[in-house]
Amino acid sequence: MKAYLKNTWLGIYTVLVGMTVTFKHLFVPAVTIQYPDERLKLPERERNRLYVNMDDCIGCDQCSRACPVSCIEIETVKSVPGEDLGTTSNGKKKALWVTKFNIDFAKCCYCQLCVFPCPTECIYMTDVFEFSEYERGNLVYKFATLTEEEAAQKKVNYEKLQAEKEAQKAAAAAKPKTEPPSHPATN
Amino acid sequence: MYQYFYDLTGNVIISGLIVAIFPLVNVLLVVLIGVYLERKVSAHMQDRLGPMRTGWHGTLQLIADFVKLLQKEDIASTETDKGLYNIAPVLVFTGAFAAYAAIPFSSKLIGSEIEVGIFYVIAVSGLVVVSILMAGWSANNKYSLLGAMRSAAQIISYEIPTALVILSIVMLTGTLSLGKMSELQTAYFWNWNILGGAGFGLAKFLLIPFMVVGFIIIYISTLAETNRTPFDIPEAESELVAGYFTEYCGMKYAMFMLSEYGNMFAVSAIVSILFFGGYQSPFGYLGNTLNVHWLIPYEQAFWFLLKGWFFIFVQMWLRWTLPRLRVDQLMSVCWKYLIPYAFVNLIIIGIISLL
Repeated sequence: MKAYLKNTWLGIYTVLVGMTVTFKHLFVPAVTIQYPDERLKLPERERNRLYVNMDDCIGCDQCSRACPVSCIEIETVKSVPGEDLGTTSNGKKKALWVTKFNIDFAKCCYCQLCVFPCPTECIYMTDVFEFSEYERGNLVYKFATLTEEEAAQKKVNYEKLQAEKEAQKAAAAAKPKTEPPSHPATN
Repeated sequence: MYQYFYDLTGNVIISGLIVAIFPLVNVLLVVLIGVYLERKVSAHMQDRLGPMRTGWHGTLQLIADFVKLLQKEDIASTETDKGLYNIAPVLVFTGAFAAYAAIPFSSKLIGSEIEVGIFYVIAVSGLVVVSILMAGWSANNKYSLLGAMRSAAQIISYEIPTALVILSIVMLTGTLSLGKMSELQTAYFWNWNILGGAGFGLAKFLLIPFMVVGFIIIYISTLAETNRTPFDIPEAESELVAGYFTEYCGMKYAMFMLSEYGNMFAVSAIVSILFFGGYQSPFGYLGNTLNVHWLIPYEQAFWFLLKGWFFIFVQMWLRWTLPRLRVDQLMSVCWKYLIPYAFVNLIIIGIISLL
């Protein structure tokens, strides 16, 4: 009987204790952050979406090789003599046309390994992390500044140069065969 | 109120409809405000904010939810018992809504001044059990059936302590009519039943502790009858998906929610009529002091709604304080604790009221 009454009292008392706790919490300011309106400050070295500053890119392909998931695709074309590609911000001369610089953010694991090898510090992390898309294809970001026609043009130019060189080489290779007999004669 | 409209229109049907519309509007408002309040109270008790983006502080959230529910396709699995399945949500709401007929919102605003008001309320609330069983069984789903069975066991068990406490109040006041019960606890808060009812004497002071016990018992058991946490095992979402309305969707689902919140208010109203003076103001009426007597019924309605809402708030408060009871705990609370206490309480109140 005593235990029974004690049980009853304990039941009511503990419920009241619980109720005071929850009632106090009614007046505790909420911890909610109203996300799109207010945002948490991002940490100092946050890793989010990559950005490539193409003005500085020399097309060295080091970031692509560092990438553990191969999400960076780079294609370059050598410049033809006489073409001025400008310099990077730290004074390096650019020698390659970057015809393709795609980063697939669907694959990207945000490890930042591509950032460190870059000699011109042109690939870096931004603070943008909201870039969801309805289609996966839209997550492939194309950073190359050349249009497709321009890129094709550069390729054609380079191939022409190559062809010319080949022709010269071929010519150079063809000449010695015919010329040697004349040499001793001149000597 | 019915008489007033009958005199005004001279038509039985029209006056009856007008009288019926008020509680219906009240139920809908209770649902609208109740669900919003529930979300806000639960959120703030957990240090969250709750709905914030629809309207000012999420005030339009419920309208948005309601529109969403209206647009939903009415899906029913092929194995359901179509007739019972479709009629259950209607019946469950009927049971919840019918109780409002006898509830006096103020001295002038009462659907039907029947003499057996409280008895009628207990009787029609039994309809809820039937429709819940109907819903659970006809859905042909294990979770639904389990939920319905639990619900039936729970509601029937907890009707006993409720009825016993109501009986003790009936013994004290000598009336079954809810209107008269409220009338008896007139004027000031020390005349409320929780403080021993009207009239001064030894009996009044002797009654107070037993009235408090009675209030606690009826509050716990009505909580169980409305399937609210901590007695929400019939719809325990972590075990039974949604209990007896697992298979329902769209407006039929909304009907169950409607009846739940309607029940919550009805139960709070009954508790406030039995123990807290019903529509009576705790501090006397402004209408009396200012000598504008037409104001009094409005004041009464205000106090009644305030008390009802207060008890709804306490229900929510309890919901976010206590975890759910196990089935055996639920049964032992009812049969081993509430019913013996209610019986002893009944006997003591009977003896005291004989004094």
